[in-house]
Amino acid sequence: MGGKATRVAFGEALLKVAAKNQRIVVINADLGKSTNTVKFVEKYPDRSFNVGVAEANMIGIGTGLALEGWIPFLCTFATFVTGRFETIRVSLAYVDANVKIVGTHAGIAIGEDGYSQMGLEDIALMRSLPNMTVIQPGDAIEAAGAVEHIAEHHGPVYLRLTRQKVEDVNPPDYQFEFGKGVILDAGKGEGRDLTIMATGGTVYNAREGARQLRSQGLDARAVNVHTIKPIDRELILDSIQRSGRILTVEDHGLSGGLGSAVSEVVAERGEGLVRRIAVRDFGESGDPVELYKKFGLSKENIVAEAKKLVKKD
Amino acid sequence: MPQVAADIQHLKKITQEIRIDIIRMLTEAGSGHPGGSLSATEIVTGLFFHKMRHRPDDPFWADRDRFILSKGHCCPVLYAALAKTGYFPKEELLTLRKLGSRLQGHPYPGRPGERLPGVETATGSLGQGLSIAIGMALAGRLAKKTYRVYALLGDGECQAGQVWEAAMLAPKAGLDHLCVIVDRNKIQNDDFVENTLSLEPFRAKWEAFGWHVIEVNGHDISQVLEALEKAEAVKGKPTVIIADTIKGKGVSFMENNPDWHGKAPNREEGERAIQEILAARL
Ligand SMILES: Cc1ncc(C[n+]2csc(CCOP(=O)(O)OP(=O)(O)O)c2C)c(N)n1
Repeated sequence: MGGKATRVAFGEALLKVAAKNQRIVVINADLGKSTNTVKFVEKYPDRSFNVGVAEANMIGIGTGLALEGWIPFLCTFATFVTGRFETIRVSLAYVDANVKIVGTHAGIAIGEDGYSQMGLEDIALMRSLPNMTVIQPGDAIEAAGAVEHIAEHHGPVYLRLTRQKVEDVNPPDYQFEFGKGVILDAGKGEGRDLTIMATGGTVYNAREGARQLRSQGLDARAVNVHTIKPIDRELILDSIQRSGRILTVEDHGLSGGLGSAVSEVVAERGEGLVRRIAVRDFGESGDPVELYKKFGLSKENIVAEAKKLVKKD
Repeated sequence: MPQVAADIQHLKKITQEIRIDIIRMLTEAGSGHPGGSLSATEIVTGLFFHKMRHRPDDPFWADRDRFILSKGHCCPVLYAALAKTGYFPKEELLTLRKLGSRLQGHPYPGRPGERLPGVETATGSLGQGLSIAIGMALAGRLAKKTYRVYALLGDGECQAGQVWEAAMLAPKAGLDHLCVIVDRNKIQNDDFVENTLSLEPFRAKWEAFGWHVIEVNGHDISQVLEALEKAEAVKGKPTVIIADTIKGKGVSFMENNPDWHGKAPNREEGERAIQEILAARL
């Protein structure tokens, strides 16, 4: 696998935005080595806090700093921070605190550590909160763009990042555009048979799946949905207009993630079919590639599910 | 001081074998947490090979003493002890962290109907185990059972608020059949505990919360056994044993080095580690 983990791209981008914006501070919870904030801490010791293994405290402290005008980035594993949901709900989101929650180790792709360390319900939780923005970049350049954007964006943000390396899906001159899904291989497929919408670590497989489907005569297009809340309604409705079919793909639990967000828009519209590929159980330990196979996030399964969806009317 | 009748030399030999199993499992898995597994080896050995009442051939025996590994990332030491006492075949250790294995990267008791014997519950998100242990201790009292409940916590883990919510409650409930052991290896994930968020005065904190406190050298198996006996003799309140340990104990290049919190040895390092463990004077 080539590419770069989005958590690594985050650590680099953080240094850039922190140099420009002196109000950015970082709160760690004993996982700085894993979330890539170590360089920030070295460079800006006065703007760094390590609260220890104490994620609820981290959320409160971040909120307090934000209420006083600082821009805290809370950096730890996705599951540990979003797992302290009720603290985020009342202390942070309710008051629209300008806090950036950075959750790394998204999904089953973390592999061998197993379910307890996997962020699998985090999108669902964060998406359920008013005021909260949810962003999940699909490659390194997009992660960098997202970090620049959220540093300037006022209000609570949840940024979801991968532990594993992800292949580049965007061109080198890519510009991150908040709230807008990105059509991959634009111009190569019209999506007259279906649109595949993917996010985060699964975007590459979705793009490869769409390419294979096109080579087999189906007009499939792949879309990278980096902003999950607010969701790009326009692009979803456009996709439904083209084919009536959307296949969603995500390394997250079945309930409440991208698939749910897309389904809500389609259901409200009252026409069109959605099929969801997501993690349909607790995760488990294993090699990430084997896990993607087992849980249906491989390119092969994306292709198979796409074919089922296209036949289904 | 209660006299402990135990074959200390035999137990020392067991700690050596468990350390080797830990290294083998982690080398084979290619990932995992050696430091805190090695530091807890004498504690886990003292419990499973001496103190605890349990029946590996009848793992769900209702009167068994309970053991909760709250610092779940250190499951290699638990799995090694379970295999060695006969809960499951020793060969299974090499399936650690592989797809389909019962030996998950953090403890998981399995789905209903396919329980992994010896693993009481799921841990891996730090700070949660002591509350579960309290629940089991309350249940034992309700059912008029005499089992004891042990919970092993990390010192970094003791930064978690839930630990202190639990710590406040156990003395209030008079749970003298509950015993916490803190593996005080002084290192957490990123750094030394002292550089991250100091716990000191640690003993005084537990005492202030109403616990009986015993401090021991966590690598001296006789001291560990004695402390476990004394804990049982304390009435009316729970006991915490603060076990002074060395993270990575037994492998010189891992000892007291935060880099070996969550990194598996490669084959060559694994071999060197095993040779060192074998060469150590017991
Ligand atoms: C709630 C939670 N936050 C963060 C982590 C990630 N994590 C795993 S081990 C560890 C450090 C634990 O240190 P300590 O309790 O001292 O364990 P030991 O040194 O005995 O391995 C951290 C932060 C976690 N497992 N759970």
